[in-house]
Amino acid sequence: MLHSRTRLATGTVLALTAALSLSACGGTKSGEKSAVESCVDTSGDSIELGFLNSTSGAMAISEQTVRDSLSMAAEEINADGGILGKEIKFVEEDGASDPAIFAEKIEKLLTGDCVAAVFGGWTSASRKAMLPVVEANNGLLFYPVQYEGLEASKNIYYTGATTNQQIIPAMDFLKTKGVKTLFLAGSDYVFPRTANKIIKQYAAELGIKIVGEEYVPLDDDDWTTQVAKIVAAKPDFVFNTINGSSNVGFIKAYYEQGLTAAETPIISVSIAEEEAPAMGKDVTGQYAAWNYFQSVKSPVNDTFIKAFQDKYGKDRPTSDPMEAAYTSLYLYKNLVEKAESFDVDKINDAADGVSFDAPEGTVTIDGENHHIAKTGLIGQINSDNQFDVVWSSETPIEPDPFLKGYAWWDPSKK
Amino acid sequence: MDAFTTPLLAGTATGALLLIAALGLALTFGQMGVINMAHGEFLMAGAYTTYLTQQVVTNTDVSILVALPAAFLVAGSLGLLLEVAIISWMYRRPLDTLLVTVGVSLLLQQLAKDVFGAQGDPVQTPGWLDGFIDVFGYHWPYRQMFTILLAVAALVGLGLLLKYTAYGRQIRATVQNRDLAETMGVSTRTIDRVTFFVGSGLAGVGGVAVSLISGTNPNLGTTYIISAFLVVVAGGLGQLKGTVIAAFAVGIVTAFFTDWFSSSMAQVFTFALVVIFLQLKPQGLFTVRTRGLA
Repeated sequence: MLHSRTRLATGTVLALTAALSLSACGGTKSGEKSAVESCVDTSGDSIELGFLNSTSGAMAISEQTVRDSLSMAAEEINADGGILGKEIKFVEEDGASDPAIFAEKIEKLLTGDCVAAVFGGWTSASRKAMLPVVEANNGLLFYPVQYEGLEASKNIYYTGATTNQQIIPAMDFLKTKGVKTLFLAGSDYVFPRTANKIIKQYAAELGIKIVGEEYVPLDDDDWTTQVAKIVAAKPDFVFNTINGSSNVGFIKAYYEQGLTAAETPIISVSIAEEEAPAMGKDVTGQYAAWNYFQSVKSPVNDTFIKAFQDKYGKDRPTSDPMEAAYTSLYLYKNLVEKAESFDVDKINDAADGVSFDAPEGTVTIDGENHHIAKTGLIGQINSDNQFDVVWSSETPIEPDPFLKGYAWWDPSKK
Repeated sequence: MDAFTTPLLAGTATGALLLIAALGLALTFGQMGVINMAHGEFLMAGAYTTYLTQQVVTNTDVSILVALPAAFLVAGSLGLLLEVAIISWMYRRPLDTLLVTVGVSLLLQQLAKDVFGAQGDPVQTPGWLDGFIDVFGYHWPYRQMFTILLAVAALVGLGLLLKYTAYGRQIRATVQNRDLAETMGVSTRTIDRVTFFVGSGLAGVGGVAVSLISGTNPNLGTTYIISAFLVVVAGGLGQLKGTVIAAFAVGIVTAFFTDWFSSSMAQVFTFALVVIFLQLKPQGLFTVRTRGLA
């Protein structure tokens, strides 16, 4: 008994020592006040990066694809000589679809593993949870998903679309289609509510009438009652900001009550190549607004699709968020190589104008708001669950997360 | 007119779905006192059974009819396994079963994710259920009528079983006084197992109906488990008629609130109403007086 107790005590001391030495890695040498001193080790011939995606929980299927394309990009860059000649070593962490765990893990990556930059996050909730941590540690986060805008952190690079690159082009497209009445259907959380606020103000400007607005909680799949209201309102188009599995319930209820793509088409902002076949209904003829489709014709995209399918399987489609994640790692490489340093402040100083020939086309970083210029695309789903591009903004749209360039936008209005 | 018919008809269908989910709970929780938080995952098992059936029987018109008994068997067997392996060790310890079955529920969700993926698999609606009839402006889907018929069939079947069969008499005897039933030669262990099998199997049948609404996904059970418990508690333990009334009341009231306000607010209001109701009638709508000592 005595022995085991001694061993226990020794174990505790060891664990405490380990914990102390870990926190020492956080860069706060005794006497030093600043907690933001970087602990990144750039002396060796390799550089550590963190990949933080949910590989468990509700978001796993979406975020696993992001992880896959990040790993692929890292392998490609390494095969090509690495970043500033240093080989990428990546530390993988699971955000477990839980914002609190995202915050915890990014802290661990930045101060424990001392990675030079973190790539990941999906839901706006996960990004909002990581933001204070990455700012407090003066770290870097690359976020690859389209989102509701109204944010710009000097420690985050946003490689997905902000609203003026996805929502507003979608509205412009509806205008060209001669749409007079629009019905808004969304999940009940920050992204759809913010997106719809923008849609309503822009619709007023365009002379499109909003004839209904319905929300259902993310975890609720029954859209029957709400679809009945769409049937009654007979809109020209439905703007769908529903996220996740709730889309299946919406699509099923929509077809069940006799609505069709020919008479009451839907334009979605979160149904991509992977989601379309999972609806249990033939969704041919419906629309989606993104900045990348697998069907985009370019040599860079052909190479990207071939590399991805060679690595992960012929049946795996490519989609917008995974392309944005792939692009984010290359942008990081170009940022570091322009700054000739892994230092966050030096990277930020060099950021403006850094670009990359991405599968979606050439993208360029805006040094002011850390978003990237992207081309807006509208696709129509064909019978192979691929998207035919039916509308394009032709040139990349400069990112404007706060919609400063849009006179009709009034954030204080409901 | 459709402002009235839409919530009424849609709410009746929601109520029917709640009823199928709650019938099983009314048996296991109401009659046996086991709080089974994994009951929702038996719904999920039923939904995935529908998906798998469609992979084998590709004619969707037929496969749904095969899926109903298959889902009953799959979910029932899962329930039986749970009873034999875990719950049988902790009868008369309701709090322990609550904790353990929460664990089982998480386990089954993760299992579904690992086997089928988190995205969820599509379930095709059979042709004869794909359509609607116009009721005063509401395009009432055949699928909702099918759900109501399914609930009625489950209810009638269960009612007949409890009332007219030897097994039914034995289960009622066990509920009223377990010790006395044993002295009369009733094998209460066997009765417990059969009850759990039937109760869980009914959830599987509910899962078939759910899969027609939203396909399959690993978290599908969590959507229904709370409402189903709400229905059983509000209806009163040990009586099926209370469960029936409560299920349709909750379904229809929620549908009207959804129509007037929003889906999120409807959940809040319905929940608040049930809480107020339970303040007035803590035993629920109906109660059974027993001569049992426990």
